[in-house]
Amino acid sequence: MAAAETVLDVRDLKVRFRTLDGAVEAVKGININVKAGETVAVVGESGSGKSQTMMAAMGLLASNGEATGAVDYRGSNLLTMRKSELNKVRGRKISMIFQEPMTSLDPLYTIGNQLMEPIRRHRGLSAAAAREEALKLLRLVHIPDPERRLKSYPHEMSGGQRQRVMIAMALANDPDVLIADEPTTALDVTIQAQILVLLAELQKKLGMAIVFITHDLGIVRRFADRVYVMRSGEVVEEGEATALFANPQHPYTKMLLAAEPTGRKAPPPPDAPILLEGRKVEVTFKIGGGLLAGDPVILRAVDDISIRLKRNQTIGIVGESGSGKSTLGRALLRLLPSDGQIRFGNSDISAADKQAMRPLRRELQLVFQDPFGSLSPRMTVGQIITEGLLVHEPSLSSKERDRRAMEALQEVGLDPVMRNRYPHEFSGGQRQRIAIARAMILKPKVVVLDEPTSALDRSVQKQIVELLRKLQADHDLSYLFISHDLAVVRAMADYIIVMKQGKIVEEGQTEAIFDHPREKYTQTLMAAAIDSTRFRASA
Amino acid sequence: MTEIAATSVPPTVVGRSLWGDAWARLKANRAAMISLCYLILMGLVCIVGPWFVPHQYTTIYSDYVRTPPSFSAYPKEEMIKTALDDVVRRMRVDVKDVKQDGGNLTITLTSSKPIDERYLRYLDRSDTFDGAQILSKSPEGNELVIGTTVRQAYFFFGTDNIGRDLLSRTLVAGRISLAIGLLAGVVAVVIGVLYGATAGFAGGKVDEVMMRIVDVLYSLPFIFFVIMLVVFFGRNFVLMFLAVGAVLWLDMARIVRGQALSIRRQEYVQAAEALGVGQRGILLRHVIPNLLGPVVIYMTLLVPQVIILESFLSFLGLGVQEPMTSWGVLISAGAKNIGTANWLLLFPAFFLVSTLFALNFVGDGLRDALDPKDR
Repeated sequence: MAAAETVLDVRDLKVRFRTLDGAVEAVKGININVKAGETVAVVGESGSGKSQTMMAAMGLLASNGEATGAVDYRGSNLLTMRKSELNKVRGRKISMIFQEPMTSLDPLYTIGNQLMEPIRRHRGLSAAAAREEALKLLRLVHIPDPERRLKSYPHEMSGGQRQRVMIAMALANDPDVLIADEPTTALDVTIQAQILVLLAELQKKLGMAIVFITHDLGIVRRFADRVYVMRSGEVVEEGEATALFANPQHPYTKMLLAAEPTGRKAPPPPDAPILLEGRKVEVTFKIGGGLLAGDPVILRAVDDISIRLKRNQTIGIVGESGSGKSTLGRALLRLLPSDGQIRFGNSDISAADKQAMRPLRRELQLVFQDPFGSLSPRMTVGQIITEGLLVHEPSLSSKERDRRAMEALQEVGLDPVMRNRYPHEFSGGQRQRIAIARAMILKPKVVVLDEPTSALDRSVQKQIVELLRKLQADHDLSYLFISHDLAVVRAMADYIIVMKQGKIVEEGQTEAIFDHPREKYTQTLMAAAIDSTRFRASA
Repeated sequence: MTEIAATSVPPTVVGRSLWGDAWARLKANRAAMISLCYLILMGLVCIVGPWFVPHQYTTIYSDYVRTPPSFSAYPKEEMIKTALDDVVRRMRVDVKDVKQDGGNLTITLTSSKPIDERYLRYLDRSDTFDGAQILSKSPEGNELVIGTTVRQAYFFFGTDNIGRDLLSRTLVAGRISLAIGLLAGVVAVVIGVLYGATAGFAGGKVDEVMMRIVDVLYSLPFIFFVIMLVVFFGRNFVLMFLAVGAVLWLDMARIVRGQALSIRRQEYVQAAEALGVGQRGILLRHVIPNLLGPVVIYMTLLVPQVIILESFLSFLGLGVQEPMTSWGVLISAGAKNIGTANWLLLFPAFFLVSTLFALNFVGDGLRDALDPKDR
């Protein structure tokens, strides 16, 4: 490996964006080299410039960006190349797969069309030969029944399959370098593992170099030969993967390695009162139907689930996307119509309408996954946080509300002087703190946390988890913690419910579930996440 | 980026709202800013201008029919003679001698009969002469020496078919066109936003019914609708913008409904519902503020559309009534005289086109400012 030729050589690359507030340097003069056949990981948190580095190399920067320095592919500088020459390299010699498999395939064309087009363009094959080639590629990425799949449209495939098709497209012209920009982030853990295995296998078979852009150190450890750690546009540390993991030098790398949420939550005392209880909760969605459309399809998103949340307890609800865990959370808060019985404290709220629920809303709060979507972009942080007070304590003066907003911000670890700012001026982690402050200002008893950490960087996740645990201890809160991230759930919950297709597959105390998963599905989930656990054990 | 800002800021930090952001982006857009200044200038000129132009837009100067635009004053040398001949013919006298001294004329008139002094009013009645007085008179009364001044008039844009000043008419027409554009735009926006937001926010059956009504209205031919209105209610200014506004709100309603539907599904609205905020609060605090961006954009693109529609109707003769005028009316008249008096078309057309250009530039600028793609 050491004698291998350098295929991609990034030298003193700078990327800057012109904005209204002056130029912003996203990448500040970095050097990265990739040798033939090796796997290089570029690791960093959001905003570290890791994606922009590769976008610059591929000539895909946004219109207000410019790159200086050099990106050499086998001796020719990609940055100074004319567009027609660049097109001969990119897509053919260097190809790329993106994070979002939902949007990077064209919904109007069949998989076969999209696969065959670049093959015919770049290699000048006939339609029949290109079809053969496409079939071969689909087999290569292990798509079942490839003949049929050639004729399907992207929406007929699952996220993991789409990502496989993306990989097949990237491999179509036998590239030297495959740039994978967070290729597994948008996928469920079990699918993630499959895709990673596939990539490793393909590399062994085809011998291309892979540049892996990721924030997930678990993946890096498993796959990369060499690692570059990036932080705010600079490479802070580089080296062989094994050496770097065994002996990190830079404090930032150490911090990343230690960023796994730690600690456990002790279960509440056995005599703690039950706060929220659902008995045989069912949520069904009617899809389609109507006068001419025939019978509607009935989808049972939550199927016969019973749950008891005690005071000061955290129930972790785990499952893959589409398992109905978010729907369950919303149904329990009566934000969705459901069948079955739901009790809050001593009252039955299963039939309560909006009016009747309103006074209870302050005790039943919800924190959303996406801190970018859940804060109204036109309101200041102060207004967002105090909106609940307008409803539940309308007698408060605006001065008093302002004081409460400051308290709430302080409690979630934000500077209260920021309360007149707008959400878009905050980072993801800060926004999630704002969303938490909005829920906490009402002093609720039960908070449903719907994937509150999954849109955040690892190190920020850890802080949010710690904040949530502190708030729970301070205010005797009960949490319903919905997540697909087992490491976070383990640190947060004392009781776990595993869901699959709307049903409970397994439930029990956290330690019991983690140590002795009984069901096969739970075992798969654990196995997929095992890397990060093993990694924590050794770090 | 804000990690640093969070720790090292002075107290009382005021954030920059999305509106502030948009304004900053708009300011950076040259074409839009120039257009905005131009529009403000145009508005001011049209509103204030007619009071400073020496001619009324209704005054008819029969001596100056279709005079071409000029920066120098009228009447010109040969026009004085023609005008004088005209007057003298009406007075039924002969001219013995004319002496010109700058703006003053000394005319000697003769006749076989004594000249009635009251004939002097013919001179005053003419658009060319002013302040006629008798300087001397022969003993028999059949020779009269008259002093008069030449009335100077400026027609920067020339005059129209019946001798009205085109500059003042163009400015007054601008008032009408801009007012119709703005008022009809506002009518369309108000109806459209209320209707669309209600439909989108209520959703379900209500939405279905409301949108089908819109579909039915869409299928009515616009011109037919306006002709019908004109037939029933006669032609007047208010009706004009009601008609135009009442048709254009349909687009607005559809746009707003789509926006309202998508905003309703945003997580921040769900979050507000989870807080127990009522329908009213959600509508006022969340849906409407987030709707305003697209509405503002659409409005700037709607105003030129309305102005064009009004011009179109006026061109067909369904618009405003003489002597009131609009750019469409002027252009229509100009088009008929394009061979003999092209300025009648050029000036109003330039005003209309440049205004529409500016409005579209501002609209585009606003769209880029409020809805940046690479954010």
